[in-house]
Amino acid sequence: MTQQSRHPLAARGPGRRTVVGGLFGLGAAALGAPVLSACGSGAGADPKTVTFGSNGADATPKKAYAAVTGAFAKDSGLKVKTNTVDHDTFQKSISTYLQGTPDDVFTWFAGYRMQYFAKKNLCSPLDDVWDKIGAGFSDATKQLSRGEDGKYYFVPLYNYPWAVFYRKSLFKERGYQVPQKWSEFIALAKRMKKDGLAPIASGYGGGDSWSILGAFDYLDLRANGYDFHMSLMRGEVSWTDKRTVAILDLWRELTPYYQPSAGGRSWQDAAQSLLDKKSGMAVIGLFLGQQITDETIRADIDFFPFPEIDGTHGQDAVEAPTDGFMLSRRPKNEDGAKKLLEFLGGAHAEELYMGVDPSNLAVNEQAKTDSYNALQKKSAELIASAKHISQFADRDSDPGFISTVVLPGLTEWLGHPDDGSGTLKKIESQRSRFFTA
Amino acid sequence: MSSATPRTRPRRLGAGDRIFLTVIIGIPLAALLFFVWLPALASLGLSFTTWDGIDLADIHWIGLDNYKEIFTNYPPFWPAVRHNVIWLLFTALLPTPFGIFLAYQLDRRIRFTRIYQTAIFLPMVLSLAVVGFIWEIIYNPDTGLLNGILNAAGSGHHIDWLGNPDLNLWAVLVASGWRHTGYIMILYLAGLKGFDPALKEAAALDGANGRQTFLRVVFPALKPVNIIILVVTVMESLRAFDIVYVLGGGVGSKPGMELLSLLITDNIIGESSHIGYGSALAVVLLLVSLAAIGTFLVQTFRKEDQ
Repeated sequence: MTQQSRHPLAARGPGRRTVVGGLFGLGAAALGAPVLSACGSGAGADPKTVTFGSNGADATPKKAYAAVTGAFAKDSGLKVKTNTVDHDTFQKSISTYLQGTPDDVFTWFAGYRMQYFAKKNLCSPLDDVWDKIGAGFSDATKQLSRGEDGKYYFVPLYNYPWAVFYRKSLFKERGYQVPQKWSEFIALAKRMKKDGLAPIASGYGGGDSWSILGAFDYLDLRANGYDFHMSLMRGEVSWTDKRTVAILDLWRELTPYYQPSAGGRSWQDAAQSLLDKKSGMAVIGLFLGQQITDETIRADIDFFPFPEIDGTHGQDAVEAPTDGFMLSRRPKNEDGAKKLLEFLGGAHAEELYMGVDPSNLAVNEQAKTDSYNALQKKSAELIASAKHISQFADRDSDPGFISTVVLPGLTEWLGHPDDGSGTLKKIESQRSRFFTA
Repeated sequence: MSSATPRTRPRRLGAGDRIFLTVIIGIPLAALLFFVWLPALASLGLSFTTWDGIDLADIHWIGLDNYKEIFTNYPPFWPAVRHNVIWLLFTALLPTPFGIFLAYQLDRRIRFTRIYQTAIFLPMVLSLAVVGFIWEIIYNPDTGLLNGILNAAGSGHHIDWLGNPDLNLWAVLVASGWRHTGYIMILYLAGLKGFDPALKEAAALDGANGRQTFLRVVFPALKPVNIIILVVTVMESLRAFDIVYVLGGGVGSKPGMELLSLLITDNIIGESSHIGYGSALAVVLLLVSLAAIGTFLVQTFRKEDQ
């Protein structure tokens, strides 16, 4: 190539330096962009819109929430912008979500889990909302909705009981009797195993290890009573206490009757095996109903309360987790958000929700229950008859303690159910890290 | 420098050039410091504190307590270290040599080599999360492919691949190795393509058989590629996270599958986070990684300098 031919070429396009400089300018702009956009997003709150963060990502709850927010929008003339996130992801990211720019109203759980965020000032008190909706709720529910400072932070929507579920037709075919006492329960499980069934449907694989806690909670509630259970959950008693050891001793009697390979199965597959009559019973919540698509099977499902272990405690406690709503700490549209919460706490909203999702029970006592199916009616009676209502281990306790210490310990133990003292010692070694005064 | 001498040599760069250089070096440098080293140092600082991640005023200095707790009183810590080591040894001893073997075979102009290359490399194109989902289906205890085959073969055993704490790590390692093999194969194949065939011919003339040619001639001559493969293998083993996370159901560490990376997220992500504790674990992992990669690189370059 000659000098002459090179010159015009170089002059034509942009110089090498311009190109490199331009690229770096672009790069710098790209680096700066998040900072700028983060500044901008604070503004632009629309007084006609309320944002709603929902963890109801499954088809049924999603439809049910849509029915409720749709009715509110029609009622109030406000627009509800729903932001749905997968249930587990929502829980995992809740801390960062609440510290960032959360939606005005968001779904959450009653119990320790709600009180924790109230204590950290990541949500707003709702006393003025409760002035209007308070009449519809029982004292137990009011208690559940208050933080440690006595202010209301939570508007409940529904709850659902945990119990032992079974198929009526299977029990009839085989002549099984509903057990009242622990010994009858074990005897029934033994008989089922002989009949070729998996006595207790079980699936705690993948992200479903929480499902084992239903049995753990009930064993504790029945054997040691509600008060001990709550102190254990709040980290006030040692996990190596002999009463905790007793829970594992009882559990060990039951583990031979658990469906095999449970550590790799989802709870949905376990529930399906109950519906398919491959398993005899399941310790599970009423949400089991969300798995049922065939209405004739739904009519064939029944439950009995977890059997009695110690006569002094009988069957006086029911595990009935309550779901509902909270208000974020700096809602963009506070008036609108409170209006939405009032609506959500009203009987009409609960009727609408339960109309779409019949696997839950309205908490508001003024909500009409005549559309309830038999299972819902029985559940409502079970909860109403309870002397104590617990939420669930991961709601009554520090959820981090449960998910990173208790659950790995207990699932490992379930694989080799020995005397459990090693497992309990491991759990106890971490207790002080989570529960400090 | 010669700036003090009376006859300064003429500056080769003008003012504009120097500004330009400052800008193009300064911006990436600032980005690196801000986005990489600042967080790393912040983690180091936080590892001496206890903090729930919410209010800055709640950060309390506790010195070395986190480290003391981790090393002496944290049940999943030593299993996690052991699993990371198993991960490294397994990956270095099985999928990596196998990938090299495949690359060597595929380089020998056999028929359909393109198809084989694509097929073996395909898992690498999938994201690890997708790989996780695929193996989740294979390992499912009731409807999974593996147990289906076992049942068809007549063994009545119901194997809980992902639930059994003695088994699940190996199940995950197979899934990860399946993907790693293709990666190593493509890296090595690229090296072999640039290999001078004259060396092979010379070896053949000297009477070397296939195995000798590979071990004595090809392998040593591809040293730069070998280094890359080793560094990649070590890094992949230390940062192993996503596939275990997916196969474990996305809720943090499971019995039998604890890894250092998972313990960090266990403590940091979630509703009640222990930022200080998690940071201390992250610092431990950082030191292990730096030690592994550092020793290796220093040694390699020292040899090269000689």
